[in-house]
Amino acid sequence: MKKLLVVDSVSKSFGEYKALNNLSIEVPAGSIFGLLGPNGAGKTTLIRIINQITMPDTGQVFLDGKPLKTSDIKHIGYLPEERGLYKSMKVGEQARYLAQLKGLSKKQAKEQLKYWFERLEIGGWWNKKIQDLSKGMAQKIQFVVTVLHKPKLLIFDEPFSGFDPINANLIKDEILSLRDQGATVIFSTHRMESVEEMCDHIALINKSNKILDGNLVDIKRQYKSNTYEVALIPNDENTVKKIIKEKFDVTTANLKTINNELQYIIKLTNGTTTNELIKFLTSLGTLTHFVEVVPSVSDIFIQTIQKKL
Amino acid sequence: MNHLSLIIKREYLTKVRNKSFIIMTFLSPLLMVGIFSLVAYLSQLNNDKTYQISVLDKSGLFISDFSSKKEEKIIFSPMEDISVEEAKKLVQEQKKYGLLYIPKTTNIDDFSNSIIFYSEESPSLVVMEKIEKSLEEKVNNLKLKEAGLDAKKIEDLKIDVSPKLETFTGEETSKIGAGLKLIFGGAAGYLLFMFIIIYGNMIMRSVIEEKTSRIIEVIISSVKPIKLMLGKIIGTSLAGITQFFAWIILLGVLSMVVPAILGIDTSSIQSPQQEMMTQASGQDMQEIVRTAMVELHNLPVANLVIMFFFFFIGGYLLYSSLYAAIGAAVDSETDTQQFMLPILLPLILGIYVGFFTVIEDPHGTVAQVFSFIPFTSPVVMLMRIPFGVPIWQQIVSLLILFATFMATVWFAAKIYRVGILMYGKKPTYKELIKWLKY
Repeated sequence: MKKLLVVDSVSKSFGEYKALNNLSIEVPAGSIFGLLGPNGAGKTTLIRIINQITMPDTGQVFLDGKPLKTSDIKHIGYLPEERGLYKSMKVGEQARYLAQLKGLSKKQAKEQLKYWFERLEIGGWWNKKIQDLSKGMAQKIQFVVTVLHKPKLLIFDEPFSGFDPINANLIKDEILSLRDQGATVIFSTHRMESVEEMCDHIALINKSNKILDGNLVDIKRQYKSNTYEVALIPNDENTVKKIIKEKFDVTTANLKTINNELQYIIKLTNGTTTNELIKFLTSLGTLTHFVEVVPSVSDIFIQTIQKKL
Repeated sequence: MNHLSLIIKREYLTKVRNKSFIIMTFLSPLLMVGIFSLVAYLSQLNNDKTYQISVLDKSGLFISDFSSKKEEKIIFSPMEDISVEEAKKLVQEQKKYGLLYIPKTTNIDDFSNSIIFYSEESPSLVVMEKIEKSLEEKVNNLKLKEAGLDAKKIEDLKIDVSPKLETFTGEETSKIGAGLKLIFGGAAGYLLFMFIIIYGNMIMRSVIEEKTSRIIEVIISSVKPIKLMLGKIIGTSLAGITQFFAWIILLGVLSMVVPAILGIDTSSIQSPQQEMMTQASGQDMQEIVRTAMVELHNLPVANLVIMFFFFFIGGYLLYSSLYAAIGAAVDSETDTQQFMLPILLPLILGIYVGFFTVIEDPHGTVAQVFSFIPFTSPVVMLMRIPFGVPIWQQIVSLLILFATFMATVWFAAKIYRVGILMYGKKPTYKELIKWLKY
């Protein structure tokens, strides 16, 4: 797959403190790439290096196969975690100024703004000052400003903070549709459920080092433990309880179901296949629930980081 | 449009459209003219006041002089021969300003400390000076007469010496010219000083505003920090220049209109010191004006204007880049104090050196040295130029100034680049130095 962005063994220190240690990532074109890590791991430093706000001590960043250069900023849209706008400037004027700084002409900026303001139904705000808008409204403007110049690469740092669920969904859909139009998205967040929903690839950074990266499905496969959630209405409750514990590695589960069943989490060991497990369970009663336990991103996150500690 | 001009435009427009900026632009000259008019009006009130003074002359030697004397504002009225106590009571009843009591003496020398002036409160300095002068004159004349000398003859024999001043190259100068040069140099230096303080602070505040509103990261993901900094400095300066011109025009208009409306004669505002000076110099007004015009003509105007332009820009840029760096290093205006001192110190030093040393000796060692040190040179050199400074000195000083400016911009840009993304902690000097290496 074509890589839009390649970060090649980048290191950065601030005085004594090493913020990034020989870090490399590859972001496939047209993907949504989740950049995960606990607070202070070095995510923001990495993002700032990609944005050429800070320069790396060693290593290089490539965009579209070529080393990153100053003029590339117009191909990148960045929504920082610490966001803000000029409070006493009017919405339209401000958005146009920021778009022009990204290299759009006055006319282009105006056209794009019109399109986005209509799309997000915020056309009436043009002459309002930012200080008169609510936080959520200002966030919308900030989003528009980030994507306005149709960048190839979009970087969002905690894009959903400050949005109510409805607007968060709206923004999520916009991000997905931008991806479908060909943009590549880097996504830094603590909200694991949005990573789960949206990301194709992830990289996990902890204490200045990359500890995990790759396709999300591959990673999940790697972390899966052959564990299944099952629920069944037994033919004979006591026999089942006894027999199942002898045969498998089980823990009781607590699932929310409508029937009064026996519920277990079963871990398959020594080569038993899923089909064998199902056959065995159906012989004991009526199987009402059978799901493979897929590790959540959150689980993987916590597991990997604690393992490294 | 390129980034720099975009930033300059935005900075300029936001400054100029800012409400408090507009209010200050119109209010300041109004206030200045208002205060000036008030002072003029008040001193006019004072001018109209006359001082009624009774004279009790026991010696009988002075009375003829006082009754005939035409003093502005002071009216002397001789009293009949009564006792001092009665006279005091009478003066108080008549609500007069004071009582001048001259006792009877046999020896003229005794007058030096036996005359008493009684009044309700301690009397005005101007009044006392006038009374003293008349008394002294009379006593001196009496002494001369006692010694058998003719006072009038001595007066005639007096000669007024005022040496003509000329430089070795043959240029005529004068005391008035020196004063005039001082005014020009002082005004230029002081203007720069004020400009740096007012608009330097404005730059600093606008950097802090970008930090507190957190927009800075969005901006510098599109623009190099140094461009943002330069754009800010230039944009704010242009707004400052606009304000300055607005002030000059408004002041000009107002100072013509207001006195006409209020009917105040501005020429009547003359402090006692000024009066004394004009009297002491012994020249009449016309003479002074004539010399002043000649001196004005002799001033190195072209040199002054060109150098004013360069030193003003150099000095202003030098200091404003430092202001920008401070703004970037802190989170709020209250944190700026500790960093302000090192900026203000050389600036104030420049003004003091300018006003004290340059007056005394415009080409002395101190004045020369300080007109080369970049942080004081804009102010000190601007003050020296009217007195004639060799061109090579001016150019060397300018080169040093602009070289230092490059260095401070580099330094400020470093601090700025790191500082604008630092939140929370107030940095120490040690940390600032560390930032230079990031």
